[in-house]
Amino acid sequence: MADPTSDDPAAGGPGADGPGAGDPRPAAPAAAPTATPTAREAEVAENMGVSATDPHTSPANPENRISVGRRAADAENAEQILQNAPEAIIGVRPGHGARKPVRRKPGKQPVEVASTGHSWDGIEEYDNPLPRWWLWTFYATIIWAIGYVIAFPAIPLVTKATEGLLGRTTRNEVAADIQRFDAANAPIQARLTSVDLAAIKDDPELMNYAGNAGAAVFRTWCAQCHGSGAAGASGYPNLLDNDWLWGGTIEDIHTTLLHGIRSPDDPDTRYSEMPRFGLDELLDDAQIRQVTQYVLSLSGQPHDAAAAGAGATVFAEQCTACHLEDGTGDRAQGAPDLTDAVWLYGRDGQADAATIQRIVHDGPFGVMPAWSDRLSEADIRAVASYVHGLGGGE
Amino acid sequence: MWDTFKLIALGVVAVFAAIAANYARDLAYMVNALTVMLAAGLTFMWVLRNMEGERVAAPANEYLDGVVRAGVIATAGWGVVGFLVGVIIAAQLAWPVLNFSDAAQGYLNFGKLRPLHTSAVIFAFGGNALIATSFYVVQRSCATRLWGGNLAWFVFWGYNLFIVLAASGYILGATHSKEYAEPEWHVDLWLTIVWVAYLAVYLGTIMRRREPHIYVANWFYLSFIVTIAMLHIINNLAVPVSVFGSKSVQLFGGVQDAMTQWWYGHNAVGFFLTAGFLGMMYYFIPKQAERPVYSYKLSIIHFWALIFMYIWAGPHHLHYTALPEWAATLGMVFSIMLWMPSWGGMINGLMTLSGAWDKLRTDPILRMMVVAVGFYGMATFEGPMMSIKAVNSLSHYTDWTIGHVHSGALGWNGMITFGALYYLTPRLWGRERLYSLPAVSWHFWLATIGLVLYASSMWVSGIMEGLMWREVDSQGFLVNAFADTVIAKYPMLIVRTLGGVFFLAGGVVMCWNLWATVARQPRVADTRVAVPAE
Repeated sequence: MADPTSDDPAAGGPGADGPGAGDPRPAAPAAAPTATPTAREAEVAENMGVSATDPHTSPANPENRISVGRRAADAENAEQILQNAPEAIIGVRPGHGARKPVRRKPGKQPVEVASTGHSWDGIEEYDNPLPRWWLWTFYATIIWAIGYVIAFPAIPLVTKATEGLLGRTTRNEVAADIQRFDAANAPIQARLTSVDLAAIKDDPELMNYAGNAGAAVFRTWCAQCHGSGAAGASGYPNLLDNDWLWGGTIEDIHTTLLHGIRSPDDPDTRYSEMPRFGLDELLDDAQIRQVTQYVLSLSGQPHDAAAAGAGATVFAEQCTACHLEDGTGDRAQGAPDLTDAVWLYGRDGQADAATIQRIVHDGPFGVMPAWSDRLSEADIRAVASYVHGLGGGE
Repeated sequence: MWDTFKLIALGVVAVFAAIAANYARDLAYMVNALTVMLAAGLTFMWVLRNMEGERVAAPANEYLDGVVRAGVIATAGWGVVGFLVGVIIAAQLAWPVLNFSDAAQGYLNFGKLRPLHTSAVIFAFGGNALIATSFYVVQRSCATRLWGGNLAWFVFWGYNLFIVLAASGYILGATHSKEYAEPEWHVDLWLTIVWVAYLAVYLGTIMRRREPHIYVANWFYLSFIVTIAMLHIINNLAVPVSVFGSKSVQLFGGVQDAMTQWWYGHNAVGFFLTAGFLGMMYYFIPKQAERPVYSYKLSIIHFWALIFMYIWAGPHHLHYTALPEWAATLGMVFSIMLWMPSWGGMINGLMTLSGAWDKLRTDPILRMMVVAVGFYGMATFEGPMMSIKAVNSLSHYTDWTIGHVHSGALGWNGMITFGALYYLTPRLWGRERLYSLPAVSWHFWLATIGLVLYASSMWVSGIMEGLMWREVDSQGFLVNAFADTVIAKYPMLIVRTLGGVFFLAGGVVMCWNLWATVARQPRVADTRVAVPAE
């Protein structure tokens, strides 16, 4: 360790040039903070070969506990360690001495690195040089950076930035990528938009393209509501089954995509609204319960026969205009078929009395955006063909 | 006289806060104003009750350690809160039902809790750790009492009031919507006042030091304080819509705003989470290892290189955006050049242990600090690598970024702070030793396992996500829907949550251990006396 008396702060170092004698700075206390070592501690210190009064090494200082314990363990095991040690290290005293030589080169004696002579609260600093590999890697990154700055757009000038020797930018690369695919797909897209919709399925090449493109468009724009597998969710139609609200031919699907359903931005959108029988007090609660039982009976589900009988009258008066007398629905108005087991609302495609009651009471309806402004005709045709081909297409 | 002045000021603040609460245009502002009123009122009563009686001048040769003790308690407490909120939002990502959107009216949604988590861990846990350790280190390494009397206490309470105001504001909807700079204008102004006071205390203490040189830890702490002040003020320039409302309009717009935000965001990482914590490392590792710092030259070079390079690296957060390409290039090359300056701190930390590596066998606190430095080195390699445009095109917006941040935050900032807290607690409360070293080992392993689970799951998930997003078929069409990547990430999100639970458990063990150190052991020593080293 550095000689604790070598650099007396009271004598005034370079930093001691503060205010003079009137300065209310803390006075250095008379005694070191470490308690006076006991006889036992002095003995331990002597065995360890360190000073019992120096607070940095004294066993009396609790901060040195770990160090004391370690040295005691080393001393205990020294004999055993030496016996088992490889030849090369015999003669080297393990872990002893406060300072270990840090630089060894073949053929040279270990060099004791000097301290800078600074010390703060017991912390000293070695005057080791910068590690070579560190310095050279640092230089290498700087050289690489200069090279990169020359090669790529980097330095802002008055009207624009330097373009770089390579003339490459990330924007150009993306644009070129898109351009390449667009050019490759242009002929087949032209064919897709020119043929009759119904003829697409007879052309294997078009079907292949529309399958890939339609699936991609579907995953990007449609999956949020209809699910990435197109199985829908409560309130969002399942596109895999044979049950279609507005028609399941490829022409019907194409129209739905172009203009949307109840889309406020499109004058040609498909439009209909179920009345809010409960909210608008068109029916009272008892009538709603009855018609619910009747609707359950239409699809052959468990129901209260008496209530369903009364509900038949209500249904005939209020519901048949859209859902038709037999309850099979009307695609021209988007009125669902009530006789099948497919339900738009309700969990997992099943509807219970409470759900149906809510529908009659609140008259909810969904909205699908019109896509003609956002997707190209080729993309809309592709996704129409994709949806048509999912299994339920007519 | 001074007390009378304080009472008048506090009374005026309380009355104005009450008026502001009365005219408040939104709930967040009203709650903030009421909080300020309450804080001013309580301080008023405290000052009043302590006016009577002899005023005993603080002994000039004793360190001001009370505020450090308060900082240690705040750090540990906020840490557990921040980790807990982190575990909750990690679980919400895996199981969205845990948002309890209906029951909690949206107040517990991920979007509200996420800034609460980041602010709690970075600013509450990290900030309190930095303030407490900087006050401890600057006194010891300058061998003098903190400058400014009770100003240090103002910094502590003022900073924690800022945290409470910010956190309650997030939940009630007051936010700038800028990552890590969410607090609204009135909270920003308060933080500015507190921060200037912090700078004054710190500089004042350094200026009256009784050591000839300024220790390297203080360079780092000072660069952290100065730069955060600059970043905070510029990124939060905004015009309030009303003095009685929390909403404000940003001064910058569009891509300029984005650039300012990430100049701020990246340097919050650079100067708050790197420079400040390097200051911590430079004091506590040599002390705990009882070894000299490896290289004075390296500390000088890497300090100046670090603070010069870091400030330019922000644009790498905006690769492939509306940001001009030249700015992205500069951000990237400065990030690459930052690699070695960052590693300088790691080398100095690790090599300080040369000759004392055997202590890792017996000293779990030192082990924690070494792992911290290791994770620091890993994160500061990963960062420059991710700033390369080609790598960034894969990693950007994915969980890889989250993993990177957490290997730095949990591994480096968390572990070095835990080490510092374990070092400080027995000394600050005059206890002979920590209550339980095995508990420190438990904490070490819980935190390390949690960290490994977290980082590795996010790497896997992030790279998978990036590959799935960019996958196109032979005709140029995307192969995967976004929802497909969310489903694919599900197992990784669970592993990540589990990692968080481990890390949180470690934090709880630490709090218990620190509490037991003070409560279950007798007071033995006094470490308050200022001794200049030679």
